[in-house]
Amino acid sequence: MNFEEHAAKPLLRAAGIAVPDSGLARTADEAAEIARKIGPCVVKAQVPTGKRGKAGGIALAASPEDAAGEAARILGMEIAGFPVRSVLVEAQVPIAKELYAAVLNDSDTKGPLLLFSAEGGMDIEEIAANHPDALVRLPIDIRAGLSRERLEDAVPAIDGVDRAALLDVLAKLYEAYASNDAELMEINPLIVIESGDVVALDCKFTLDDSAVCRHEELAGSGTPDKLTELEQRGQEIGFKYIELDGNVGVLSNGAGLTMTTMDAISHYGGEPANFLEIGGNAFTLGKQALEVVLDNPRVESLLINFCGAIARTDVMTGGVLEAWDEVDPKVPVFWAISGTGEDEARAMLKDKLGVEPYPTMDDAVKAAVEAVR
Amino acid sequence: MIVRGNETVLVHGITGTQATFWSDKMKEYGTKVVGGLNPKKAGTEHLGLPVWASAKDAVAASDGAIDCSCVIVPPAAVKPSVMDALDAGIKKIVILTEHIPVHDTMYFLSAAREAHASVIGPNTAGIVTPGECFVGFMPAFNERVFKPGNIGVISRSGSLGTLVCLNLVQAGFGISAFVGIGGDPVIGTTTKDALKCLDEDPTTEAVAMVGEIGGGMEEAAAEYAKTMTKPIVSFIAGAASPPGKKMGHAGAIVMGDKGSYAGKKDALEAAGVTVLSTPSTLPDVLKEHLSA
Repeated sequence: MNFEEHAAKPLLRAAGIAVPDSGLARTADEAAEIARKIGPCVVKAQVPTGKRGKAGGIALAASPEDAAGEAARILGMEIAGFPVRSVLVEAQVPIAKELYAAVLNDSDTKGPLLLFSAEGGMDIEEIAANHPDALVRLPIDIRAGLSRERLEDAVPAIDGVDRAALLDVLAKLYEAYASNDAELMEINPLIVIESGDVVALDCKFTLDDSAVCRHEELAGSGTPDKLTELEQRGQEIGFKYIELDGNVGVLSNGAGLTMTTMDAISHYGGEPANFLEIGGNAFTLGKQALEVVLDNPRVESLLINFCGAIARTDVMTGGVLEAWDEVDPKVPVFWAISGTGEDEARAMLKDKLGVEPYPTMDDAVKAAVEAVR
Repeated sequence: MIVRGNETVLVHGITGTQATFWSDKMKEYGTKVVGGLNPKKAGTEHLGLPVWASAKDAVAASDGAIDCSCVIVPPAAVKPSVMDALDAGIKKIVILTEHIPVHDTMYFLSAAREAHASVIGPNTAGIVTPGECFVGFMPAFNERVFKPGNIGVISRSGSLGTLVCLNLVQAGFGISAFVGIGGDPVIGTTTKDALKCLDEDPTTEAVAMVGEIGGGMEEAAAEYAKTMTKPIVSFIAGAASPPGKKMGHAGAIVMGDKGSYAGKKDALEAAGVTVLSTPSTLPDVLKEHLSA
């Protein structure tokens, strides 16, 4: 789950990292009110995406009147498809130098990875492309934590930067990452002000979805995924459903098999209408899955492809057939079934609908694609 | 990692519904399940097997060491459960549980490295050595899907791995070992580790490598593939998937374009691996390689 700047910065502050004074405004009046307290400020759109500045979502304001004007303008904007519903009104700080710092879960080293660059203020993509030598990559053993010695060794001395203060901020950034089950805790830019102090000017935090349950204190401050009505329903029921543009509905189990089913539809010249997998612990949700996939009005044929490992094909097929009469599918349905429970599943299908599954997934996919041509 | 039929297996969380179903299947197939763990039911029997409070107790009560742990406990209980297995000296740990906080995974993987123990998963459907044993949630007992042979199969996904094994067996092949490595972003045994293991396995003559978009594991495996003489045929799932929503910004960039389908396909092809556009052609292409 992603956290916008205004929800992420308090985590840095709690870890002891300096952030500018600020307040969150949902109206122009609120923005003016905050600006009156903190003086010359920056008005920043709060949306879960980068490149806010380039889109015109960040503006300087010298007075409360300016702040109100900029807030009114930015609150009407849409950035990368996200309507701006709030702005952060933040005190201006004199920037002497811009740096980059982040800690993230790294699958290559199977542990936390600290990234640091003396070249900040641009996207990490640009930093990696333009200043690859300036990018410090420090793998961390999560059991040992991040020692001062390793930081000393990894981070080079930088002109005009108080080294002790910088290393202190990096150590605190790691603490903020570790104590909040972060997938990513990124400060860009991390700035050095004229006094030499180090301040976090922005922050991006992604909470590990599997750790949400042990961070009740963060509940409600993350940005919910932008979901369609059907995707929302899928999430509430407990399976992963993603709506797509095509017309061949997909009901499958397991992320890998479902992706492969979509690949096969595309390979044979069709377009999938959705991703929907009821594998893992969701394999008992056949009934709800059938309802959701067919409630998408674009679906003109339905491919049911089960290949059972943990997800038992008899249980999944049973669930779908249980809902059959109630849902009363109006589109042609094409089945492929193999793996755990397949004999029972085939028998149920034969018994209830009088049909046999196609011998292979590819046969079923071809037929489902052919049906909508 | 391959588990052999003579190796002993301890099921963590054996009394759960899924664990009961699959432990029974494992036993029936020939896996040497010596018992299971559940601190609340220690001292009782389940499926005719002893239930202990901890792996240490299990090892103390068993003749000789226990070779393998199969972990099927709720997400929050996995970290202490794996640490328990490591403390008890168990060297192979298969973790089936899904939705484990990644910081927990990184913690026990670090401990496993220090203990020189191998971890498969988390979020794996398990491993199968056809004709000998299986550990996990795989339909090893289904003769349409698994029979002994000389093709090693690696898959992140249990369901897709099952489909690939089915295709191979239906085409007349047999499987030397199925290594399900798991769908989580951070896992103990990577594609490359599994490839190395199958390369060193004398029974395996060729490898079917099933990957997925995201991460950089297939690219790392491609580097190893360059050193191999056994043929490798690969399918990467996700060519038609919209760009992943879960990838963090910095995560995506550290990998460069490594997570993309095109990046993986290019890396594998450059290493001499045949990459297929659908898994159904895998047996035919393998046949060509093996007869060449």
